[in-house]
Amino acid sequence: MSLKHIDLLICCGSGCISAGALKIKERFHEVLKEHSATNEVNIIETGCMGPCDYGPVMVVYPEGIFYKKVTPDDVEEIVTEHFIKGRPVTRLMLQEDDKTFSAQKDVPFYQKQIKVALENCGYINPESLEEYIATGGYEALGKVLIEMKPQDVINEIKASGLRGRGGGGFPTHIKWQMVHDKKDDEKYVICNGDEGDPGAFMDRSILEGDPHRILEGMMIAAYAMGASMGFFYIRAEYPLAIKRIKTAISQAKELGLMGDNIFDTDFCFDAEVRTGAGAFVCGEETALIHSIEGERGNPTPKPPYPAVKGLWGKPTVVNNVETFGNIPTIFLKGAKWFASMGTEKSPGTKVFALTGDIRNTGLVEVPMGTTLRELIFDVGGGMIGDHKFKAVQLGGPSGGCLTVEHLDTGVDYESLKERGSMMGSGGVIVMNEEKCMVNVARFFMEFCVEESCGKCSPCRIGLKQMLTVLDRITNGHGREGDIEELQRLGESISKLSLCGLGQTAPNPVLSTIRYFRDEYEAHIRDRSCATKVCNDLMHYDIDKDRCIGCSLCARNCPVDCISGSREEKYTIHQVDCIKCGNCFDVCPVKAIDKLPGMHPDVVAHRSELSKAVNQYEDL
Amino acid sequence: MYKEICVKYAPNKDNLIHILHEIQDTHPQHYISADAVKEISEYLKLPENHIYGVLTFYSMYSTTPRGKNIIRLCESPPCYIKGSYNILRKLKTLLGVGVGETTKDGVFTLELCACLGVCGNAPVMMINDDVYGDLSEEKVEDIIEKIRGRN
Repeated sequence: MSLKHIDLLICCGSGCISAGALKIKERFHEVLKEHSATNEVNIIETGCMGPCDYGPVMVVYPEGIFYKKVTPDDVEEIVTEHFIKGRPVTRLMLQEDDKTFSAQKDVPFYQKQIKVALENCGYINPESLEEYIATGGYEALGKVLIEMKPQDVINEIKASGLRGRGGGGFPTHIKWQMVHDKKDDEKYVICNGDEGDPGAFMDRSILEGDPHRILEGMMIAAYAMGASMGFFYIRAEYPLAIKRIKTAISQAKELGLMGDNIFDTDFCFDAEVRTGAGAFVCGEETALIHSIEGERGNPTPKPPYPAVKGLWGKPTVVNNVETFGNIPTIFLKGAKWFASMGTEKSPGTKVFALTGDIRNTGLVEVPMGTTLRELIFDVGGGMIGDHKFKAVQLGGPSGGCLTVEHLDTGVDYESLKERGSMMGSGGVIVMNEEKCMVNVARFFMEFCVEESCGKCSPCRIGLKQMLTVLDRITNGHGREGDIEELQRLGESISKLSLCGLGQTAPNPVLSTIRYFRDEYEAHIRDRSCATKVCNDLMHYDIDKDRCIGCSLCARNCPVDCISGSREEKYTIHQVDCIKCGNCFDVCPVKAIDKLPGMHPDVVAHRSELSKAVNQYEDL
Repeated sequence: MYKEICVKYAPNKDNLIHILHEIQDTHPQHYISADAVKEISEYLKLPENHIYGVLTFYSMYSTTPRGKNIIRLCESPPCYIKGSYNILRKLKTLLGVGVGETTKDGVFTLELCACLGVCGNAPVMMINDDVYGDLSEEKVEDIIEKIRGRN
């Protein structure tokens, strides 16, 4: 216990660390020492507080003052002014629309949020078991082991309506019941921490910020199913999460919260950490199981489901990190309380990772059914600058995009699916009007092609084929019928692929065709990319009225395609231009414009070329 | 030489990924050599082709020597949207190498990787185990200079 009168909570989630949080922590130690005030301030490293865009962030208790974008140079002022003189530093507080938000609880980002899985993230020291216990940690486990029978535990989860938070939204209690009902000497429980969806980082943050909660959730699951061994499968890209969960396991063992006869009951449990090695497909449960076994992470057809034949052929349950994160609270506060939040079919809360062209990027937890508008504009603070909202991609490369007309859609499993998107693991990528949707779809497709494990042909060959068509469209070689070809391919890949990766991979393309068909058509028919993102479908041009003839552009052109003189001004020879953008960057008077559409010279040149090719082929 | 690492783990197939990680991380050139595969195969009593099968399946393993510091720039959509392609261009010019290549002095290898989960601070890269966020072209230059100075 600390008797120091100030608690300084520094967010040391990966986001804030990447912005320099550790340097700030060091600086605090130094400055406090200089002022002989080390006995007054308790410096606590916490997990992710949520608002990554404000990073590095910190909170000072007892007042709960919230500081953002702190740099090592600000430390001196915080110590002398705030800690010593008691005058909080206003300039480091959040200021929006002439208002200053001094306390963390008043910051708009935290309004509308209800934290269940993230309850302790950013509030306790993740490397301290005592702090977790002080917030009610392991109480749920004790209650479950002493007062409840395994079947009661499953019934309680059923009553809460908890659904898998990894993406599919499969009811958790059904998986548990299946494993519970299987009679076998060995059963396993696996925590899926292979968070591969680009744009999702809730699992990493919970593992880093509150590892004991996941461990407790896993043990409750193990008790309900009669398993005595658990595995954490975590991506190797998350070294801090791996370290934290390992620490948590050894702390729990030391205190007797893990091991044999936990809480003097017959329940015994042990857990190990396994790491991935860079394969997106390992987030799929059968692939993950193969990876733990020391095999290539190829998925296998279901059934048999892991609940029947899983790790080493034994009944196994695979649950996502966030799913486990909800479990202790369900037992402490009751299934009724949990089910009272969210919607009828999707109860509870969901953690979302807000990224892209949005002001408050970061991690948020809101009740299911919250509308996209609330999520993006209230919690997320709206778009950066004066940009307009164009689209939002939910569920990563497996999900689909939604547009302005869907902003009032409540976010839950069913309503997103109806609109051609999906919850996925909760990544929310917001895009402004400068983004080309065809290019974005192509980008997601490229990701899926690279990550396809190659086991089944619809995914291996089909996705590659879709990428070829998309490449053609963005290169200016699109043909009539390409859109239909993409739809045909997409639908068959969805139906025929072996695992979730392949089945959902066409979603970004199909959903962008559904909502932005005109952009595809402009790319194909008019050879024009209105957002000027697709290099082949835009061009640079020098405005002779503004050009001062300084020749800087010509001298910086890597392919010597700009010529002219001081008198005649300069011209770009469009056919040779590689669109590197150097001229645009160096022009001192901004006389070079970026224009949508292929230049007429290039169109003529290309058609001549193809004529020549055709003639050659005829010979 | 690799035997010492192997014996830290029980000779079970499911430890293969752990062993591969440790061998790669402790090798000064961050890769898994043919000799290593041979020794692992003897220790785990697994055919070499199984080990190569696993080794080449996962993108983090390399069978060719790499630099002292491995730069892994995130190529996922949130970083792409925030301009990771400009950072890639900058890295290529700074280092004078393409993706998957190592600088002549053996200090850096440039790689692309899947999401690092720091999307709130995109664009992001990881050098060895350290994550650098909110990258700009100037910031990249600083970071590279600093690491170069240390080597």
